[in-house]
Amino acid sequence: MEPIIAPAHYSFFGIPLVLLSIAIPLVGIGLWVYIMAKRVAPLVRARNDERMDNIPQRIYMVIKIWLLQWRQPRYMMAGVLHIVIFFGFLSLALRSSLLVIIGVVPDFALPGLADDQIGGIIYNTIKDYAATFVFFACVIAAIRRGIFRPERYEVPERFGKNHNAEAVFVLMIISTLMLSESMFDASAIAAASVAHGESHFVAPGTLAWFFNNIFVGTAETAPAKLQTIHIAAYYVHDFTFFFFLCFLPLGKHFHVITSLFNVFFMRIRKGNIKPPVYGLTDEEIENLDSIGVKKLEDFTWKHILDFYTCADCGRCSDNCPAATVGRPLSPRFITIRGRDAIFKNYPLSGDILKSPEVIGGVFEADEIWSCTTCGACEEECPLGIEYIDKMVDMRRGMVDNGEVPQTLQKPLQQLSKKGNAWGKAPKKRDAWIKDFAEEGEIKVLDGETTADTLFFVDSISSYDDRMLEITKATVRILKKAGIDFGILGQNEKDSGNEVLRFGEELLYRELRNHNIEMIKQSGAKRIVTADPHAYNALKNDYPDLGIPVEHISEVVARCIKTGALRLNPVEDASKVYTYHDPCYLGRHNAVYEAPREAITAIPNLRLSEMLRSRDRSFCCSGGGLMLFYEPEEEERMGVLRVKMAAKAGANVMVTACPFCMVNMEDAIKVANMEDKMVAIDFVELIERHLV
Amino acid sequence: MEILVCVKNVPDTGEEEIELDGNDLDYDELTYVVNEWDNYAVEEAIQIADKVGGNVTVITVGNEDADEVLRREMAMGAGNAIHLEDEAFEKSDAKGVATILKAAVDKGKYDLILTGAQADAGYGAVGGMLAAMLDYPYASLVNKIEVGSGKLTVGREIEGGNTEMNEIELPCVLSIQTGINEPRYVGIKGIKQVSGVDIPKFAASDLGLDESSVGEEGAIVKRQDYFIPEAGEGAEMLEGSDDEIIAKLIEILKANGGL
Amino acid sequence: MAQFFAYVQHADGVIEDTAAELAAAAKAMGADSVTAIVTGSGVDAAASAAGEFFNEVYKIDNADLAYPNAEVVRKAVAAVVPAGSVVLMSHGTFAMDMGPGLSIKTNAAYIADVTGIDGVDGTTLKVVRTELGGNISTHVNADIANGAVITLRPGAVEPAAGGVGGAVADKSGEAGDLSAKRKFIEVVTPEAGGVDITKAEVLVSIGRGIEEEDNIELAMELKEAIGSKAEVSCSRPIVDAKWLEPARQVGTSGKTVKPNVYLALGISGSFQHLGGIKGGIIIAVNKNPNAPIFQAADYGIEADILEFIPALTEKINDL
Repeated sequence: MEPIIAPAHYSFFGIPLVLLSIAIPLVGIGLWVYIMAKRVAPLVRARNDERMDNIPQRIYMVIKIWLLQWRQPRYMMAGVLHIVIFFGFLSLALRSSLLVIIGVVPDFALPGLADDQIGGIIYNTIKDYAATFVFFACVIAAIRRGIFRPERYEVPERFGKNHNAEAVFVLMIISTLMLSESMFDASAIAAASVAHGESHFVAPGTLAWFFNNIFVGTAETAPAKLQTIHIAAYYVHDFTFFFFLCFLPLGKHFHVITSLFNVFFMRIRKGNIKPPVYGLTDEEIENLDSIGVKKLEDFTWKHILDFYTCADCGRCSDNCPAATVGRPLSPRFITIRGRDAIFKNYPLSGDILKSPEVIGGVFEADEIWSCTTCGACEEECPLGIEYIDKMVDMRRGMVDNGEVPQTLQKPLQQLSKKGNAWGKAPKKRDAWIKDFAEEGEIKVLDGETTADTLFFVDSISSYDDRMLEITKATVRILKKAGIDFGILGQNEKDSGNEVLRFGEELLYRELRNHNIEMIKQSGAKRIVTADPHAYNALKNDYPDLGIPVEHISEVVARCIKTGALRLNPVEDASKVYTYHDPCYLGRHNAVYEAPREAITAIPNLRLSEMLRSRDRSFCCSGGGLMLFYEPEEEERMGVLRVKMAAKAGANVMVTACPFCMVNMEDAIKVANMEDKMVAIDFVELIERHLV
Repeated sequence: MEILVCVKNVPDTGEEEIELDGNDLDYDELTYVVNEWDNYAVEEAIQIADKVGGNVTVITVGNEDADEVLRREMAMGAGNAIHLEDEAFEKSDAKGVATILKAAVDKGKYDLILTGAQADAGYGAVGGMLAAMLDYPYASLVNKIEVGSGKLTVGREIEGGNTEMNEIELPCVLSIQTGINEPRYVGIKGIKQVSGVDIPKFAASDLGLDESSVGEEGAIVKRQDYFIPEAGEGAEMLEGSDDEIIAKLIEILKANGGL
Repeated sequence: MAQFFAYVQHADGVIEDTAAELAAAAKAMGADSVTAIVTGSGVDAAASAAGEFFNEVYKIDNADLAYPNAEVVRKAVAAVVPAGSVVLMSHGTFAMDMGPGLSIKTNAAYIADVTGIDGVDGTTLKVVRTELGGNISTHVNADIANGAVITLRPGAVEPAAGGVGGAVADKSGEAGDLSAKRKFIEVVTPEAGGVDITKAEVLVSIGRGIEEEDNIELAMELKEAIGSKAEVSCSRPIVDAKWLEPARQVGTSGKTVKPNVYLALGISGSFQHLGGIKGGIIIAVNKNPNAPIFQAADYGIEADILEFIPALTEKINDL
């Protein structure tokens, strides 16, 4: 390709441009290292996090979520565009690096990848198509961002201006890289082919191919112009490349660098909550001066890495029930504002600033209490960013400072004094069993009376008249299935699922330790519960329980398979049922199929799925202590949910959680849909159809 | 400012129907909590001390169970606590409690003494009595406090949602109404961390009190029993014609201060 | 027999209705003759109005008493009542302010918020009152040998008949030193729109039975008929529907209220709602006889509130 002078040999007004080829990377990399060092500083000062367990699983997550972009197509249009750009970038990474070297050593090529070798031709073809696809993906994305403006990218006024400018700017940078890279190549190939009649293969339809076709004409008429294009394209690319590299850590495109790590270190287990500090005993936790997140450095390094990694795609908030009903919380802006706070406190030049109070200085208390911990955001995030642990850590900080909403204080006090949030007498916890006197005694497992299975009832299902129906249906099912079971009775206290998640760590530990002791004393070999919150706490939050925990739906599904339970045809075949996945059964514990299998085992029952089901289920507005929280909201989650059920053509909502039942029954009334919709619990439905 | 807050542990009867054991409370069934009004008073004291400097001391007259309440309020932020405990103090009437507290106040030096506006027995008397015994000015049902020099500006909650503003000289006694602030949450961690603190205890002899002036012996107002006026399951259904029902309802409204 | 006094509150020359109850209460305690005490600045009208119910009226007229500052009034009252007297007051924010201190200064027994009078046996006064947030009643005996200060819950006794025609005696000269360490500044009325249902004595509380937003007006009219001590509250669905502001919501996620009377109109009575009611009697009106509210209520009426409320409002307005 002699007819055109490579940048390494070109001089501009007598100055050899090779100097530029050396200077740009040196300055670029130097600057980038400097910026990255500044960005790493908060990670170093942050709290410890334990993320080196389960390496094979982590590698699997990297392959699935990072490399294969598993979660991207959940939003089809944006997802496909991202996949194109992502793979384009991966393919072009090598080329861009080589280009930097070519600026100094013009004929440099990796072994087997020279332009005239088969490997080189294949790679060039791939990268030409990649560049082309990336370019067009950018154009479409820019049009989407700039003209169609999908709603989820909008920024509510309270969080500042919209971020479209940054997004479009980056798309322009990427387009510039693609165009300049293609022009650089095309100009050389066109010049060579005109001068020597060489025919280089250029992948048809690519940008390079397009420019090559144009440049062939230019080479004939104005070779000097082509030389200028060649040199200009190179340095535009070189400069843009390093500019982009240094620009990445300044905003949402930091994810280009951090995503691999963030996905590797992402949450592997589900349903559990991180301890306030890893590796401490109960007593050591009690003696901590401060618990939870109060200043920025109280976040763990992974949580700060989360802040860095957010691509501002808005999927979390789009799925967040709190954001949907107009509560102050929008998870996307938790991360974005967290990132901005870190950036501000760790400036690129100057000293590290003293951290503001996280609550009041960065976030507002109402936002943090608004979260129902439903997990929709985490399920959706394509980058493995987490929220629940952060919420809990911030709540821990507020609890430690005494900043707890008044409506939550009494229930917490009652949980401490009486083991339930309603302040009901502990000795009445098992008062309901007297109703079973005629149907046969219910065992209370106290170590002397024993049974194979412990039915863990939990508070609401022990005291609330409506929820006692669920408890009683569960008992009848267990009896029918011939399961030898008993309850803890007055020895049971609240499972503490929400106590933990509302940040009252030590109260939770008291409840947990008490229950663990009582469960061990009971001698039961397995636990079954009809309350997904209890199920989650026992299964994921109680360490060393040592016995399996099942939700009643799993037991029912199995008993139907074995024939231990048989079901009559549906009572009213004209009804259309839908199943609402409780967050703590579905998303946090992946029990999606068992309840569906059991429900559909009722002959002639028509089940219609809501659009948002399984891992995209929409929270009813939360359970446990959430019932006592008075959020600022425009609409109730339950009402939206009931409307979703109606939209699915259903007139019976089946749920499998007492708190969902509270919220759904209220919502049906609020939505004025009593004649169109009824809510029924899974166990009630099954019990009614038992043969 | 040296602030003394008088607190009391009271049966937590808010959520549950009260059960009687004969004509007395079923004490086995009761859990005790800090009197709600007192909790607001402690919060207010802490906020004042935070703002203008000073110390907050919580004080109670009660048996050993009352220790829990003192610790809770210490976990909230009160720096000191005093426990007035003596068998001779048991079954004191409001005047008796005020007498005991006065003896303790005389041993210290306080600029401001706060009580809750009322407690479980509903007399709302101890603060006003203590003030009269000390010859301090007093304001009840206080829902707003602004600290001036040597005096306070206080708002009293009066009928109709109105607030009566007063200027009151220090030292003084105020009884605090709920809603004056938002009391902070006291977590288990805070309570555990003050569990080992030594709380000074004083008995009648330590206070130089004549035992016959306090306790059951000194009481001139004595509760004889507890009873539940209307028994029966559920509501008493009003029957009859519409006019009759409404007439009955109006009688009920009148009898209960509703009209 | 002790001498009986009743401290009579008044405004704009009109005495409070509770004065007649104080007269009746004194009679129930065996008083032959009851003396009213009227304090203030320019109180001739109020003093002569008190004569309607009392055998004698002590008038204490002094510029320092223009506003009933408890500390000042206490001095005046303590100066005019002889040792061993029984002083009755209507239980309210003024009585709570003055009563305890007065009992100390007169060395008398103090019995607050009396809801019933069983009589006097020798020097033992026997009354009924409530404790524990009004959830439970007690019999109380007080030794009134050295006198007593008693505050009476409004409405606890039937008011006495008028027409007594007691004469006014001017005791202004006996009031003595009225200097005080507490000075009244002003009464601040809340800004319009700020509703505080926790302070209302009667709550007209509506639930889903109200059916439509326009029907909220029915509850407002009933509230107006009952008067200034009433306020409209509601259950959560009403707030959710944005028919009323959140400040009016009663329940575990709303306000906790302690009215004398809670009128639950068309409220089914979820336990979240009932958790917000901490005192007083509950009167439930619901067309569903099985509504859980009837389990919690003291009185129940099976009726459609859309018909019942206007009928009740009309009857109250006719009173």
